[in-house]
Amino acid sequence: MTAPIQKSDASPASGGGSVPRQRAVRKGSTPVPGPAREGVVLNVFSHGFLAVWALLIVLPLLWLVLSAFKTDSQIAGSAFGWPSNWSLDVFARAWEKGIGDYFVNTVIVLVFSVPLTMLFGSMAAYVLARYQFWGNRLLYYFFVAGAMFPVFLALVPLFFMVKMLGMLNTYQGLILVYVAYSMPFTVFFMHSFFRTLPTAVFEAAILDGASHTRAFFQVMLPMAKPGLLSVGIFNTLGQWNQFILPTVLMQPQSGDDPERYVLTQGLIQLEQQQGYATDLPVLFAGVTIAMIPMLVVYLSFQRQVQAGLTSATLK
Amino acid sequence: MRKGQYTFVTGFLFIPVALYLVFVIWPYVQTFGYSLTDWKGQSQTFSFVGLDNYVALLEDDVFLGAVWHNILFLVFIPVITILLALFLAFMVNAGGGGRAGGVSGVTGSKFYKVVYFFPQVLSLAILAVLFGAVYRSDTGGMLNGLLLKLGLIEADRPIEWLNEPDFVLWALMAVVVWHGVGFYLVLFSAAMQSIPRDIYEAALIDGAGRAQSFFRITLPLLWDSVQTAWVYLGIVAMDMFVLVSTMTSGDYGGGPDHHSEVMSTVMMRNFLYFGRSGYACAMGVVMLLLTLIVSVVTLRATRRERLEF
Repeated sequence: MTAPIQKSDASPASGGGSVPRQRAVRKGSTPVPGPAREGVVLNVFSHGFLAVWALLIVLPLLWLVLSAFKTDSQIAGSAFGWPSNWSLDVFARAWEKGIGDYFVNTVIVLVFSVPLTMLFGSMAAYVLARYQFWGNRLLYYFFVAGAMFPVFLALVPLFFMVKMLGMLNTYQGLILVYVAYSMPFTVFFMHSFFRTLPTAVFEAAILDGASHTRAFFQVMLPMAKPGLLSVGIFNTLGQWNQFILPTVLMQPQSGDDPERYVLTQGLIQLEQQQGYATDLPVLFAGVTIAMIPMLVVYLSFQRQVQAGLTSATLK
Repeated sequence: MRKGQYTFVTGFLFIPVALYLVFVIWPYVQTFGYSLTDWKGQSQTFSFVGLDNYVALLEDDVFLGAVWHNILFLVFIPVITILLALFLAFMVNAGGGGRAGGVSGVTGSKFYKVVYFFPQVLSLAILAVLFGAVYRSDTGGMLNGLLLKLGLIEADRPIEWLNEPDFVLWALMAVVVWHGVGFYLVLFSAAMQSIPRDIYEAALIDGAGRAQSFFRITLPLLWDSVQTAWVYLGIVAMDMFVLVSTMTSGDYGGGPDHHSEVMSTVMMRNFLYFGRSGYACAMGVVMLLLTLIVSVVTLRATRRERLEF
């Protein structure tokens, strides 16, 4: 289930595992009171710093969620007043005021863009990793190089390209762009993953008369599931949080063009509207709603998320 | 390779390559061409103006100011983030009771890592709203409220964090650091835990203290990760679009009075607001060049001999 994670996590796991063992040996052989005392002091010392940073992370987030339950005047008045209005109406109001639509738009885009990213990314990575042909290396570098350039370099021509295709402010336009911009990392990650898969199973399938396409979908892809999971989470987070691409590509093009803002865009939109019509609790409720899926995904796949994102950086 | 395989390989590569070419590579290439034109973006008519856009950039005070702010970010964001992440990572991994060769993790290290990493999965838009509230210019802002409680400011004169020319860059930087430390802590932790324990044991027997073992063992063996972190934070510092454009005043941010302007905001304003596409493309090219220079310089400047273990 977690092979690539184990791969990239192998060192922490084995490193962490070796600590208690050595500790046990030491405990038996050296009952030195001095260092142990120093250890306790140090433990308190380091916990002090660690706890402060943990509070710095948690408190602003909690404060924001609590603010959703305050009234406008409470919010403006004092930062640390305790909310008096514990009704969940504010979340319904936030949903009505746009968060619901933004949420749905984001989901519609991701339902297509993430699976397509995985499919096309895996297909390209698989062929590049396991078949010899002229231009293989070149094509691989061509894919991977995309990760090195800032997206700003492409924005202006990209806008006109999508416009030319008549896909500005459409779901399919954003989906295709997301898939294309997720290629570098997906190909890179899956490439190294497909390389490590054993050949024997594949050869057996071919001997049994499976076509290459069938061998890929029925044998290799299922074996690559752990890798797919990691890179899938990475892509989900990345595309869910994308802001610059939708800002450029998802603007209503005429008066009767409907708004198809995604969540990140919509939140900013909502924040800017609050400058005129003050309903800040709605904004904070909206942020809370936007945060919940991330929190759920993160807490359920916490190891994969950490490993996926770190290995994305390390290579 | 047999004949059937050619069809298979081509079939599998066709869509991914086509998508990637059309939406990524071709726009990248086009930018260079457009940067040499006076294209306004409205019509397909434009004329070739050579390096005029680049010359104009050199005289554009707003853009030059933006470059300067990016450079400030480039210096401070990596330094502060990496130092904090290294310090906390060392505390998490080596701050425990000193029995295991002087180096053991604190209890609850897993919990800390989960909490610290969380900001990384939040979108920058969420951060923008969150810190917009934290930096509110009245006493309802978290920061002002805190200072008021501590008696450091007066209720009728709260600090306008994002409207103060002296504070705005630092306020933005704090958000990036808050966002990034947990991630790099996890990165460094993984590297620290792959260092064999015997090295620490040997150092301990030789009488090395905790500080010594950090500077003589941990840091040198972590250098690869630090280098990677530096390059990635450099790329973050070159971008900054989301936070600046959403948290500061002005069209696509940059306020007050261009004091928080960065290259990406100037570029987006010229493109989406003034419609000067060719000029914006020239900025894109400059951003690419600076990003490449930063990466190369960082990799060269931090190059050390590779240590094997």
